[in-house]
Amino acid sequence: MLRDITLGQYYQAESVIHRLDPRVKLAATMLFIISLFVFHGATGYLVAAAFLAVVIKLSKVPFRYMVKGMKAILFLLLITVVFNLFLTPGDPLFSIWKLTITKQGVRTAVFLAIRLSFLIIGSSIMTLTTTPNQLTDGLERMLKPLNRVKVPVHEIAMMMSIALRFIPILMEETDKIMKAQIARGADFESGNLIKKAKSLVPLLVPLFISAFRRANDLAMAMEARCYRGGEHRTKMKPLHYHKRDVVAYFCIAAYLVIGVLAERLAGMVFVL
Amino acid sequence: MGIIKVKDLIFEYIRRDEEGNVEGITTAVDDVNLDIRQGDFVSILGHNGSGKSTLAKHFNAILYPTEGTVWIDGRDTQQGEYVWDIRQTAGMVFQNPDNQIIGQIVEEDVGFGPENMGVPTKEIWERVEESLKAVGMYEYRKHSPNKLSGGQKQRVSIAGVIAMHPKCIVLDEPTAMLDPKGRKEVIRAVRALNEVENITVVLITHYMEEVIYSDRVYVMDKGHVTLQGTPREVFAQVDRLKELRLDVPQVTLLAHELKKEGIPIPDGILTKEELREALDVYRQNFA
Amino acid sequence: MSIILDKVSHIYGADTTMAVIALKNISLVIPDGQFIGLIGHTGSGKSTLVQHLNGLMKATSGNIYFNGEDIDADGFDKKNLRSKVGLVFQYPEHQLFETDVFTDVCFGPKNLGLTQKEVQLRAYQALKLVGLEDDYFYQSPFDLSGGQKRRVAIAGVLAMKPQVLILDEPTAGLDPKGRDEILDQIAALKKETGITVILVSHSMDDVAKYVDRIIVMNRGSVLFDDVPREVFRHYMELETVGLAAPQVTYIMKDLRDAGYPVSDDVTTIAEAKNEITAYFAQLASTRNNKRGEDNA
Repeated sequence: MLRDITLGQYYQAESVIHRLDPRVKLAATMLFIISLFVFHGATGYLVAAAFLAVVIKLSKVPFRYMVKGMKAILFLLLITVVFNLFLTPGDPLFSIWKLTITKQGVRTAVFLAIRLSFLIIGSSIMTLTTTPNQLTDGLERMLKPLNRVKVPVHEIAMMMSIALRFIPILMEETDKIMKAQIARGADFESGNLIKKAKSLVPLLVPLFISAFRRANDLAMAMEARCYRGGEHRTKMKPLHYHKRDVVAYFCIAAYLVIGVLAERLAGMVFVL
Repeated sequence: MGIIKVKDLIFEYIRRDEEGNVEGITTAVDDVNLDIRQGDFVSILGHNGSGKSTLAKHFNAILYPTEGTVWIDGRDTQQGEYVWDIRQTAGMVFQNPDNQIIGQIVEEDVGFGPENMGVPTKEIWERVEESLKAVGMYEYRKHSPNKLSGGQKQRVSIAGVIAMHPKCIVLDEPTAMLDPKGRKEVIRAVRALNEVENITVVLITHYMEEVIYSDRVYVMDKGHVTLQGTPREVFAQVDRLKELRLDVPQVTLLAHELKKEGIPIPDGILTKEELREALDVYRQNFA
Repeated sequence: MSIILDKVSHIYGADTTMAVIALKNISLVIPDGQFIGLIGHTGSGKSTLVQHLNGLMKATSGNIYFNGEDIDADGFDKKNLRSKVGLVFQYPEHQLFETDVFTDVCFGPKNLGLTQKEVQLRAYQALKLVGLEDDYFYQSPFDLSGGQKRRVAIAGVLAMKPQVLILDEPTAGLDPKGRDEILDQIAALKKETGITVILVSHSMDDVAKYVDRIIVMNRGSVLFDDVPREVFRHYMELETVGLAAPQVTYIMKDLRDAGYPVSDDVTTIAEAKNEITAYFAQLASTRNNKRGEDNA
């Protein structure tokens, strides 16, 4: 059923990674992604692969769940790889018809494929081990300094969590309205693009009206429960760093240092 | 002065057409006076459009009087400085269970009110626990609200209000969208709050069978209070209630019909036991 | 002309570990022109069942025949079926989308590919059938009251000229006045057109005085299927599945237990009144006879 789809696909399990503070996971994911662009040789990627393998093992999330996330962008991945393979200028390796594959092309294509798949696996570890709630909480805390430059951080986080709460409800509603219009003879499938777009009107208009009505109700309910923005507010589940979080920060730092050093070292060996 | 006092309340709103031009003025609440005592269970009955929900929104400082005054626990709702105290004193539960739950987990939703009030973290947890226990939803505290039934969702909403430690709870048609089972659950929870915790309850509804336990009933029509009294006093006026097209319980209706046939039955019969006793007394005549 | 269900079952998520049986082996015959109440509490499978009748959901096993044709057979025209078996969903006013009432009601017949003239004629007739006054025809549906919006939505389905009209909880969220009005209107249009009407509800009180057959569903199965009077006889069982007979049934049961010789199949207040007054009239006449004898 539609209401079972949750954004971010949290995977319930008891693991060290699950228990980490969301801020650690957000920072680590960001640093990991940066590292993928800093590294530019096989050695760096080997270190990254080892790091990923350890984290996956620790997270107790089956590997196939992460591969599932890959499937969705497999097509995109293939296209970028193919483009890079054929369109990178350099020393030609061999050519078929008008297309030439260069040495540099192969190198870029392979590294790009590794980079992208690591990136996706890395970020899906975060979404699989962190509830959407923790994520918004973490973001709110991390972005707090932006408050000084007048970015409404609390409001943005509140919007995100309300959106997450209402997505399943609106999905179900879409399903219901769609069925009701089909019962009135509506056709959402056949016809060309313009006809299809037009046939969405009986679905979208009621959906928007409903969303506005809900927003209005919700705003009133929040006000009635004394909601007045982020000031004066306490937290039921405040974020506190534990020892394991500090350790995790060290680990990610260590990973970066090792990665960079390994690349340097490999470069020196290669030169020698 | 009671916990809620309403004096000469008039609420008007301006209707506008699509271009924003004024089309006319509607008086939704017209000259209403109320005085509700702390600890009472009060029901407000009436049709859609009778002004009962508009009236209720004044108790929580969501709407403000056009004329007249509303005091909540002695505070005038129109004085801006009191607005948060008032919303904390008189909590509000709305009709649609889906549109008033903010949290993605039951316990987080119940904690929302106390968070807004700036209650310390440890106390929030205590309040959440006691509130969920009070409505019998403690075992669902880790659930997603989306997976609950309508009646359960409304009980979570009620817990969310209790966690703010209000003196009074205003329920605006909390059962209108529920099935009979959900309706019973909610009314049972509300009655328990009133009897056990001594919280003042203002129940707005159009189901007559929900009001028979209240201390006082107000019937609204076209913005006015047209009938008021104890449930028995109100239910005694069957013809007037029928005229207002309100749902009189079948037992009250039957008693009324029998009385018209000349069988001596007291006015305002509310339960089938009362009816049977009245008939038993009459039967004695023939023994 | 009828709908026949032959051992229909529906399982949600049949291929997963979380399979839920929504309908279990349902066999029913729905002949032409009946007024049926389909009763069950939330989750009893009644809404799932009605979505099978117009082909919006497909049975996991079993067959459904509309006028003798299997609706899941290859080449069966589902669109035509949906125009013949009209389904009005819960809170149908949430599906209104056009700028005025009349255009919205035209949506259904227009989808059937009828001529402009026929479409408008049908829309007009449908709006008349639900009792909406002409003044409202060119207003925005969003400016109407709750009860009026619901009428417009029902007209939207009626305009397709269905042979069977199914209404899923048509009174949900309405106040008693709106509820009585809409039910009276449905009864009136049933009388006028003679089509089959199926009222889906969780309230016995609502349907008891209108329908001539009640189907009670519980946990995906049919529990009772009979005339209202016979169904209400089982009020004890109804109670255990979260339903109830009309309150007057209980009053009469109480009186019988207290030694009043009243009939056990009373379902309306008028019947109850007659039973009770008849009893006292009889008591009075015995007493008078006795007095007469004593005097003599």
